[in-house]
Amino acid sequence: MSKEIEAIKDPGLPAHVHRRTDTDPKAAQRAERQVAILFLLSALGTVLLIGSYIFIPQDVFIFLPILGNTNAHQLFLGLGMAASLFFIGMGAIHWAKTLMPDEEVVIQRHEFRSPDEDRAEFVKAAKDGAAAAGLGRRSLIKRTLGLALGLAGLSPIILLRDLGPLPGDELSKTSWKKGTRLVTDPGDRPIRPEDLEVGAVAQTLPQLAPGAKRTLADIGKDAVLLIRLRPEEFNLDAERLSWTHEGIIAFSKICSHMGCAVALYEQQTKHLLCPCHQSTFDVTRAAKVIFGPAARPLPQLAITVDSEGYLVAQNPFNEPVGPSFWERSS
Amino acid sequence: MTARERIAGNVANYVDERTGAAKWMKKNLTKVFPDHWSFLLGEIALYSFIILLLSGTFLTFWFDPSQREVIYEGSYEPLEGLKMSAAYASTLHISFEVRGGLLMRQIHHWAALIFMAAIVVHLMRVYFTGAFRKPREFNWIIGVGLLTLGIVEGFLGYSLPDDLLSGTGIRIAEAIIQALPVVGSYLAFFAFGGAFPGEAFIPRIYTVHVLLLPGAFLALITVHLMLVWYQKHTQYPGPGRTEKNVVGYPLLPVYMAKAGGFFFIVFGVTAFLGAVASINPIWLYGPYTPGQISAGSQPDWYMGWLDGLVRMSPPLETHAFGHTISWNILIPGLIVPGILFTGMALYPFIESWITGDKREHHLLDRPRNAPNRTALGVMSLTFMLVALINGGNDIIATTFHLTINQIMWFSRISIFVLPPLAFVITKRLCLSLQRADRELVLHGRETGRLVMMPHGEFVEVHEPISPEKAWLLTQHEQNPPLALEEFDASGVRRPKALKNRLRARLSKAHAVAVPKVSADDLKEIEHH
Repeated sequence: MSKEIEAIKDPGLPAHVHRRTDTDPKAAQRAERQVAILFLLSALGTVLLIGSYIFIPQDVFIFLPILGNTNAHQLFLGLGMAASLFFIGMGAIHWAKTLMPDEEVVIQRHEFRSPDEDRAEFVKAAKDGAAAAGLGRRSLIKRTLGLALGLAGLSPIILLRDLGPLPGDELSKTSWKKGTRLVTDPGDRPIRPEDLEVGAVAQTLPQLAPGAKRTLADIGKDAVLLIRLRPEEFNLDAERLSWTHEGIIAFSKICSHMGCAVALYEQQTKHLLCPCHQSTFDVTRAAKVIFGPAARPLPQLAITVDSEGYLVAQNPFNEPVGPSFWERSS
Repeated sequence: MTARERIAGNVANYVDERTGAAKWMKKNLTKVFPDHWSFLLGEIALYSFIILLLSGTFLTFWFDPSQREVIYEGSYEPLEGLKMSAAYASTLHISFEVRGGLLMRQIHHWAALIFMAAIVVHLMRVYFTGAFRKPREFNWIIGVGLLTLGIVEGFLGYSLPDDLLSGTGIRIAEAIIQALPVVGSYLAFFAFGGAFPGEAFIPRIYTVHVLLLPGAFLALITVHLMLVWYQKHTQYPGPGRTEKNVVGYPLLPVYMAKAGGFFFIVFGVTAFLGAVASINPIWLYGPYTPGQISAGSQPDWYMGWLDGLVRMSPPLETHAFGHTISWNILIPGLIVPGILFTGMALYPFIESWITGDKREHHLLDRPRNAPNRTALGVMSLTFMLVALINGGNDIIATTFHLTINQIMWFSRISIFVLPPLAFVITKRLCLSLQRADRELVLHGRETGRLVMMPHGEFVEVHEPISPEKAWLLTQHEQNPPLALEEFDASGVRRPKALKNRLRARLSKAHAVAVPKVSADDLKEIEHH
């Protein structure tokens, strides 16, 4: 660009300095021995690997500083493998650095741009080809081909249709119905209010009909958390208060943000925290979001007791549980 | 001629008469590669990929990619009799009953972490030295593609064991799909074969993880390497190195021994990590069920920034006309990453538009000599770092006895404040370094020797630097900004004036530099 770049001249490649191994045959011999030792260490590593595989049982544990209790079989197998590989590499590189020629070589670059005549010929060939096919003149062919290719491209989409069912109202429904008993998870035992002390938390699911099977997808929608407070600790409107029973309040355990299980209950503050993204819900105010990215409270399940004194749902959830989706209306 | 030479000659003759390979081999066996430690970073990525293929193949022999429910009856007692998926049970089997199985699992996982780290650091090297410039834009885009695929491949990989931690990750991925406007619920039901989690997902991602994506990787890596080969490697500036030559070691034997040896070293170190450093102990997490979770749920590091962005997002959702749009998921989970990765892929074209430079570049830039680019890079890294830190906010909170809220607010503010600050600081640092270079060329190196002059003044003796060093510090180009006049000669406003004004402004910012030492400067020094 500018002339002043020439102020300081390129002194050219520095003169090559010989290594000791280039000039001193003894140093070269020493380097050769070092390379050989490295390769031998690798061979020893493989021996350790084979030995560990055969002779160390899989249930032997040894105590090592820092690592703690370690499975000896897998440790020595791994160390043998590491050594067998690592020292091949060290040997090869030491060989290259001490004994192979270390004089830098200069080669020239070529320009990538093709010569003008090649480019002109290419353009001509492409044009001639297109003209010979007559794609420009025969518009009927062009259009029908476009139609055919476009439609053919649709077929993978058609063929993938059976990947899954349509969602329908699946995302909005849970197994909770009026009168469904709450049962412990795990254990499937019905719960009476007196089973829960004040401050206690219980993970529950809807009771299964006899012979029915619970899938993980059911748990992913039905999981409900029971928390017992003193009734006066609630800060709820009359309707929501009527959804609780003797200080027991029930929320969907599936986070309204991204569907993780909201499993951390802080007894002191009465906050529920989702460990995934730290959305924090205030239990006393119907799981109102007080921190984090969740935009909606956890849906509350209205509960009461049945004639036998077991906790049951008063009604199904009045809104979809879990993360938001396009068809969700509130 | 010895017997061995005769056999070698015969083999070579046989192959060449059928393929004409000698001509190609002659040229390429003596191909020259420049030597620099930072050129090894891409090699680490390549070698980790080979390790992943080897260890992954081993794992497929025992892994059962099925969500069929089984009762565990293996040798790990704490989980005895528990219901779990066949995928999880077979991962336990690999870990406890297959000899070398746990080692291979740990090697596979460590290699994946190293693979991603090497890609990121290699990308930083390419970016900060300007190696992406013409003619290497294609390779830059392929690289960004490999990074993106790597994130997806890694996520699918650690999701396969179907343990409680990874299942939670899939749950979050499902929520992102479900949050897509209009098609979200449909896509989620198609991907999972029904309601989450279903029984279809693990087998499906297994096919993607072991077949589709590795195939894409192989194809892209092949093209990536062929382009490096054909375009010849870039080199750092220095005496005797020009835009027209390559200075380095020939492929045979030096480079082959060094690169081949380096593969074994990378494999050896990965095996060492697999032997001593426990990673992803899935037996401690238990099988996945949507109703449970473990505290301190963390993704692998290359997903951490994404999780951090989601965590710091404000609780925004729009409910209108009976529909919901979850901005708290869409913005951090799709829109921001989309902008970041698209911007990264397009950067070579953006820079060339700003500078108007359409020439080939084979000599690398020293980062200080491209202050704007370097500052932009540090700015992006700062953004990612804040996001990553927030991705570990729960761990940081418990480790340093802070509240989650403090860290979250720190991140929410820092993500806007720190990146621009990093830009300004980096640019100034670059310019200071340029100034230091200029001083060094003009006045030489400070020796630390003080001399008392006859009239009593103390001066420090400066030694001139070597011609090689002086050349290194002054070889770079300093181009003036683009001259884009807003009005043409007759005073008429040019079309696209606004675009041109932006371009001129960016170009001016890009050309800011401390003038390097010129002939006039040196002459003036001589007069003293």
